[in-house]
Amino acid sequence: MQAIYYDRATDVAHALRLAQQPGAMFIGGGTNLLDLMKGDVERPQRLVDITHIGGLDHITELPDGGLRIGALVRNSDCANHALVRQRYPLLSQALLAGASPQLRNMATVGGNLLQRTRCPYFTDTAFEHCNKRMPGSGCGARDGYQRMHAILGASEACIAVNPSDMSVALAALEAGVQVAGPRGERRIALADFHRLPGATPQIDTTLLPGEMIVAVDLPASPFARHAHYLKVRDRASYAFALVSVAAGLEMDGDGRTVRQARIALGGVAHKPWRVAAAEAVLVGQPLSDARSRQAAALLVAGAQARDDNRYKIEMAQRAVVRALRNAGESA
Amino acid sequence: MQGESHGSHQTVAIEPGAEHEAHAAAPSAFDGDAQHGSQLTRRGFLQSALAAATLAQAPQALAQPKPAPVAATLAPPDAPPQAVVLNINGQDHRLTLEPRVTLLDALRETLAMNGTKKGCDRGQCGACTVLVNGRRVNSCLTLAVMAEGDRIVTVEGLAHGGQLSPLQTAFIEHDAFQCGYCTPGQLCSATALLDEMRAHSASAATPDVRQQAVAWSDDEIRERMSGNLCRCGAYPNIVSAIRSVAAGKV
Repeated sequence: MQAIYYDRATDVAHALRLAQQPGAMFIGGGTNLLDLMKGDVERPQRLVDITHIGGLDHITELPDGGLRIGALVRNSDCANHALVRQRYPLLSQALLAGASPQLRNMATVGGNLLQRTRCPYFTDTAFEHCNKRMPGSGCGARDGYQRMHAILGASEACIAVNPSDMSVALAALEAGVQVAGPRGERRIALADFHRLPGATPQIDTTLLPGEMIVAVDLPASPFARHAHYLKVRDRASYAFALVSVAAGLEMDGDGRTVRQARIALGGVAHKPWRVAAAEAVLVGQPLSDARSRQAAALLVAGAQARDDNRYKIEMAQRAVVRALRNAGESA
Repeated sequence: MQGESHGSHQTVAIEPGAEHEAHAAAPSAFDGDAQHGSQLTRRGFLQSALAAATLAQAPQALAQPKPAPVAATLAPPDAPPQAVVLNINGQDHRLTLEPRVTLLDALRETLAMNGTKKGCDRGQCGACTVLVNGRRVNSCLTLAVMAEGDRIVTVEGLAHGGQLSPLQTAFIEHDAFQCGYCTPGQLCSATALLDEMRAHSASAATPDVRQQAVAWSDDEIRERMSGNLCRCGAYPNIVSAIRSVAAGKV
């Protein structure tokens, strides 16, 4: 790891000023950033420590029945907050499916959103070709080892996936990302927060330079009773998803007919993957595996696989069917 | 890296792990635990033996201690070391550290508190687990400078007045280790696990996160210990040690 300057920000305005310095990056929990710095993948000149800013580590109720989650709330605290467990079990489940207890104690909600979309060709500088790490150098994964890689929304330049479980649940819950920057605050819909790689895979999100996340807002949710986060992975715990599904259902009074559905896929793209038609096909129908399979097919429409990750197309569809079944059964 | 910097008292750091210049306790590599008392420790013995072996092989090199050649060719770091106060096991330690030094390296290399182990150094194995403000974290992914003002507890701080904690005793009774390298991390992690489960925190093994009660099942314990790897495979005994403490205390 190269030498760094260290600044401790006292409030948001201070943090934004400090971030104007050359080569500055914010550091929260540091679980992804320090790991990448140790591998010489990230080389900031200066770290702006935002963990001592007051007021960003709380979860508060919003007037519309939703929640505001401060950017510095640790993943474990968010997962175990009484209101999150009661109203947004999908988010609790997704957070608890990610990383390890130690890392969840460190990682912040804002930092989770900003962890790099990555693959082994990005994280290991021994590989010469990675458009994300060295724009224009090519993609080592495309004709290399792509078992973990994207099947949707990828480009010739990059086929990495974003490994966040939390983001997949936030996509299904239609969260909003509250951002502060030199020109004031703005809100980015979670669906628009992560971007597809196109020709510029080095840019993971639509956050502008100098901006920082201050909160994640959750709208009131009708999906508390019927929600399931399914993560399929190589080990039972502490591994990235091969595919994951965040499924939320709102059922009619009969308990059988779907009133509203949300499905987001993880582990398949540079961002959580949602398809409106896939959700619409479930609405007004009794929940069944056959219907769910139709929804699943719509979700992976246009999927493009390579040799090693072809299995993901079928696995994702089966995972969708199972997640919806589990969501329907939970109450 | 330790051996190479023997005899050098310059604040030239090749990497965070090589930083030895501490204003509180700055053991050089060969002092080992000697400064903590005249008692012969395993670590001190190994280091003396290593020193002797090196001496026998290269008497010229050690006859005139000098900075390691590699250090002399490196430019000094951009960011100078700065004063950092760390509260560890109830005691304040005044150190001078570069901002890039991790809590793990500050503990092991600067303070010679070698109980906390370095495994992967990338947050994957859990050997470096310590408690910060009562919560388990990976000290390898924590910058020491960011931990200023926090209460840090390492494996050295789990016993009180020569009395092992119930968990430490259970690890011995249940034979919950073989080589012991991952054990300090397992102990710190399991100490926090007990607190978390008593507070009814949920895990990925919890059937319904909306229910507040959490069952003390083996599945729950295994899931909650998944951040600590054990290459010897002592997992079944680690689980039974934790379960025995839980059963006695809940």
